[in-house]
Amino acid sequence: MTPGGGSGPMKDCEYSQISTHSSSSPMESPHKKKKTAPKRKWEVFPGRNKFFCNGRIMMARQTGVFYLTLVLILVTSGLFFAFDCPYLSEKITPAIPAIGGILFFFVMGTLLRTSFSDPGVLPRATPDEAADLERQIDIANGSSSGGYRPPPRTKEVIINGQTVKLKYCFTCKIFRPPRASHCSLCDNCVERFDHHCPWVGNCVGKRNYRFFYMFILSLSFLTVFIFAFVITHVILRSQQTGFLNALKDSPASVLEAVVCFFSVWSIVGLSGFHTYLISSNQTTNEDIKGSWSNKRGKENYNPYSYGNIFTNCCAALCGPLSPSLIDRRGFIQPDTPQLAGPSNGITMYGATQSQSNMAAATPLLQSEPSITSEELPLPGKTSLSGPCATLTLGQPTPPSSMPNLTSDTGLTDMIPLKEEHEGHQFLTPEEAPSPPGMLPSGSPITHSHTMHVLSLASQDSLHEDSVRGLVKLSSV
Amino acid sequence: RPQVHSLQELRRSASLATKVFVQRDYSDGTTCQFQTKFPPELESRIERQLFEETVKTLNSFYAEAEKIGGSSYLEGCLACATAYFIFLCMETHYEKVLKKISKYIQEQNEKIYAPRGLLLTDPLERGMRVIEISIYEDRCSSGSSSSGSSSSSSGGGGGGAGGR
Repeated sequence: MTPGGGSGPMKDCEYSQISTHSSSSPMESPHKKKKTAPKRKWEVFPGRNKFFCNGRIMMARQTGVFYLTLVLILVTSGLFFAFDCPYLSEKITPAIPAIGGILFFFVMGTLLRTSFSDPGVLPRATPDEAADLERQIDIANGSSSGGYRPPPRTKEVIINGQTVKLKYCFTCKIFRPPRASHCSLCDNCVERFDHHCPWVGNCVGKRNYRFFYMFILSLSFLTVFIFAFVITHVILRSQQTGFLNALKDSPASVLEAVVCFFSVWSIVGLSGFHTYLISSNQTTNEDIKGSWSNKRGKENYNPYSYGNIFTNCCAALCGPLSPSLIDRRGFIQPDTPQLAGPSNGITMYGATQSQSNMAAATPLLQSEPSITSEELPLPGKTSLSGPCATLTLGQPTPPSSMPNLTSDTGLTDMIPLKEEHEGHQFLTPEEAPSPPGMLPSGSPITHSHTMHVLSLASQDSLHEDSVRGLVKLSSV
Repeated sequence: RPQVHSLQELRRSASLATKVFVQRDYSDGTTCQFQTKFPPELESRIERQLFEETVKTLNSFYAEAEKIGGSSYLEGCLACATAYFIFLCMETHYEKVLKKISKYIQEQNEKIYAPRGLLLTDPLERGMRVIEISIYEDRCSSGSSSSGSSSSSSGGGGGGAGGR
């Protein structure tokens, strides 16, 4: 558009001036938008996580129980410091509130670290990587794959003399490293996956296991501490004024005692359990599956253990802390092909739609056959108002006593077992396009944009697989 | 800086032919090690020994980062004693080694890989899963624009289209 000269009447002049602005700005603004407001990686993170403080804080999607944990700890400790400590510091020693304060500080610090940090999430494969893996799998299994049987996607590795099976994750399109597992609640593969803890609102994995352990350990001490001194307080008071009067004078103590009494069993028990796990260098996951137990066979042993308890403990608690691999506060690189220009996104739309359904359907099927009727889990960060994917599996209603935690992980872990046992029958539906009627609502372009990142180059191979899968489904 | 310039020139003037992925070697457990097996696609592009040396050096860096020993215990205990608040202001040993690794990779790219039309990607950007090596096809015509420092001087880069 030529800049409006003074040739036309005033009206025209204004018009042309306006149009000059508007014609130049569409050219500039996408460019400008890319330059002035580049997106950080957490905004397009494909897992089901919540981010706060511009990506500094990372949590699971369901955080209700975490707030409950916070409230319980804060209220109980607050009441303790407000009502019991003045009496106790006078009567016995001011060291009591001091030690209590230190314990409280420690508990809060470790809790927040556990809840807010990246547990060791493995970023999903780039399209090139995924395509390369697919090619290698095809080569390894013979590309003709007679009878449309999808190849079993496992790799075997020998670690310290033990054969370990590495499984392929359909959601993340990677072979999971040893000890990694896919959390169905957060829809991420996590390194050295221990369990998903609703009480801290996050997965517990390689990067935050030591924080988690220090949290439950210090919380055990704090609970016992508060319980003991609340009892002491009441006893001392009742020596002066009688039991009932003592209770009337300090009602907060009753509440604290009740909370502590019920928490102490589960928390101390959990600390004991995790102490055992640390000293034998196992994860909750492995312990429940009995991966390294002697019952599986005489030759079965834990290849990751260092042999003695001391080294195992030191390695778990004082070993080096690996960095976060997802780089959530990093900026999306403008020169990566996935995000280049809108035309790509639109032309790929048709293709990505089916892949997004496929890719999104896989976590559904991976998580639990019984919840396939649930709504489609959508990528975490896109602000789709549609189905909010509250999986029943994720409902943290059961208390976190060990059996329930283990049941969570047990279910999460059933997935790889099922993949193995049901073999191709289980794998095929995963590769098929999603069942009808499960198209995502809400802005499809943002959706495809996100999925676009995942499935650019592997489009062809996925299409092939989906065709194979369709044929298989129809034959079944 | 001319050397960085030539890397960018490489990206612009050459077209990406394919990518090779060097996978992790888990035989020693979960420590970060990469396979030293020479990928067949690089057969004509780079000497086997250079490649192996790069991977072995990277492996030794990662082993250093993940080493459990006196200093790592000290760091761990100190961090624990401060309820891990010290991580807010201190850089961990691992992070320091990662910086060294990234410098090393850049150096290797400038000296060895870019002149041969290859590019190493830091495994950290790929979730520590692979060392991604991008293989570029040289477009001979645009050879003039890229500064004579690295690509035209060594025969390896320029010969991409011809004789190989």
